[in-house]
Amino acid sequence: MAKEKNYRYEGISRFFRAMFGRKIVIICTAIVLIIIVLAILAPVIAPYDPAATDYYHMSQKPSMEHLLGTDALGRDVLSRLLYGSQVSLIVGVIAVFVACVIGSLLGMCAAYFGGVVDVVIMRTNEALRCVPAVVLAMALVSVFGGGVRNIAIILGISTVPGYAQMMRAQVLSVVRRDYVTAARLQGNSSIRLLFKHILPNCLSPLIVMMTQQVGSTILSEAGLSFLGVGISVPTASWGTMVSEGKAVLLENPMLGLIPGFCIAVLVISLNTIGDGVRDALDPHLRGEI
Amino acid sequence: MLIVMLIISFGVFMLVSLLPGDAVYAMLGDTISQETYDMVYHELGLDQPLLLRYGNWMLGVLRGDFGTSYQFHMPVVDLLKTRVPITIFLSILATLIAMPLGVLFGVIAAVHRGKKIDTVITLTANACSCLPQFWIGIFLMYIFSVQLGWLPSFGFTWPWENFGQHILELIMPIICLSIDGIAGIARQTRSSMLESIRQDYVRTAWSKGLTERSVIYIHTLKNSMIPIVSLLGVRLSYMVGGSIFVESVFSIPGMGSLLVRAITSKDIPVVQACVLLTAFVTCAAYILTDLLYVLVDPRIKLTQKD
Repeated sequence: MAKEKNYRYEGISRFFRAMFGRKIVIICTAIVLIIIVLAILAPVIAPYDPAATDYYHMSQKPSMEHLLGTDALGRDVLSRLLYGSQVSLIVGVIAVFVACVIGSLLGMCAAYFGGVVDVVIMRTNEALRCVPAVVLAMALVSVFGGGVRNIAIILGISTVPGYAQMMRAQVLSVVRRDYVTAARLQGNSSIRLLFKHILPNCLSPLIVMMTQQVGSTILSEAGLSFLGVGISVPTASWGTMVSEGKAVLLENPMLGLIPGFCIAVLVISLNTIGDGVRDALDPHLRGEI
Repeated sequence: MLIVMLIISFGVFMLVSLLPGDAVYAMLGDTISQETYDMVYHELGLDQPLLLRYGNWMLGVLRGDFGTSYQFHMPVVDLLKTRVPITIFLSILATLIAMPLGVLFGVIAAVHRGKKIDTVITLTANACSCLPQFWIGIFLMYIFSVQLGWLPSFGFTWPWENFGQHILELIMPIICLSIDGIAGIARQTRSSMLESIRQDYVRTAWSKGLTERSVIYIHTLKNSMIPIVSLLGVRLSYMVGGSIFVESVFSIPGMGSLLVRAITSKDIPVVQACVLLTAFVTCAAYILTDLLYVLVDPRIKLTQKD
């Protein structure tokens, strides 16, 4: 027992060593950690209420009072940025979680049970793939409405097909192995077989996919909010801020450019971490990109 | 593909039934009398069973009748007639531009692997695929329209109406739409080239004394095109999705801007038509990809004959 623990510990430390072997991954992890801390501390450090309008100080340039200026309604841009990071991170994490749970369950069922179940799940999957993810998300928004919780779930659902397909392929490659047959011969139930013996052996591609999806999900949320079909207006979201900034591009270009820059930095950092995780978990791909 | 389209159409049809609230009230507002309500309820066929309604709706769609827009009170087809060609035009043009440029950058990066130019291309491609498209659009608009005043910041003209205007108005949207594709294709080309550059037949080509150009562009690139072509359909579907943002940024009267308006006002028939059409375009792109696949990779044809 002690020996096994030791192995596990060694595996984890090797994973971290491989992942943080490249400087760029360390830098990006630091950036993401800073953004997470800022998002958690937003209520404490934000100088103003992000939704409070101030008609005496509209569209101001950066000053000591408002470090990044104010928008067309007199709201403090810095405070809105801080609160916006909360929205992005929450949506990103919840959406990936939803997609991962639903997608891998579907994929596992399709591969394990085969036959009609497989055909139904995979055909539906294929159908969902034919609709661009943005359009699918927009159609779902039109039915269920916006808001942080809905957007997170909708973005999760619209990325389910990728997970389902990946998990199906993974489970198919594992399910015929000897140890699965051995476990089945021991009289284990299907559910125990799936979760205890098959799932753990499919985890690493799943983790890679999840870390790589967080960034793109945040990007989609920002996109939907930019179009005005995502997070509803009084809540601060980076996408909404870009779209508000677009309206005053002539007078105050920074209003639209700063939140967009934040999105870009967060997404690039998250994707680099995703690449780092992939390199660490999947030695075959190391050094290819 | 037919089955896939059937599933999509059923899902799209179900959007109406999933809608919380009543379609009649959504169409005419809350202040209508019971008689009007009953009449419209019957007219919309809401008193019929679900499958029958689906059948009727599907027959209408096949005849090109997507119903009436709640918001504009006119047939959805008339709304879409002028808008869909613009979106498809933008997406296809952007794909056609992104394809050769992406392949070119990918080849350059792969050939000079590990050198400075490879690092520059790889880093730029990675960064570009993370940038929000709408933000690139606003950034370009800020530089070229607001600061320099070179390009118009909105609008769309067909080339046969005013060619100069058409080109000017198209430059920024197309750059914005194709950057993501160029970056993606460049990354793909690079890794696929690196894969095939190691193969034996490339070494044979070198040892036969062929020129560098012939080895790279004929022996290596031709073989690395297979995975790139196979993702062309997905690319086009991304482009249609991206076109929504670009249309919204540059105020282009395409399908995307209509879809956004329809969603904010819960105009379900328009949403249904847009989703169905994008799915149809994507399906067509997938079929086209399969055909191209045979052209690029003759082995597929041979194995089928055997």
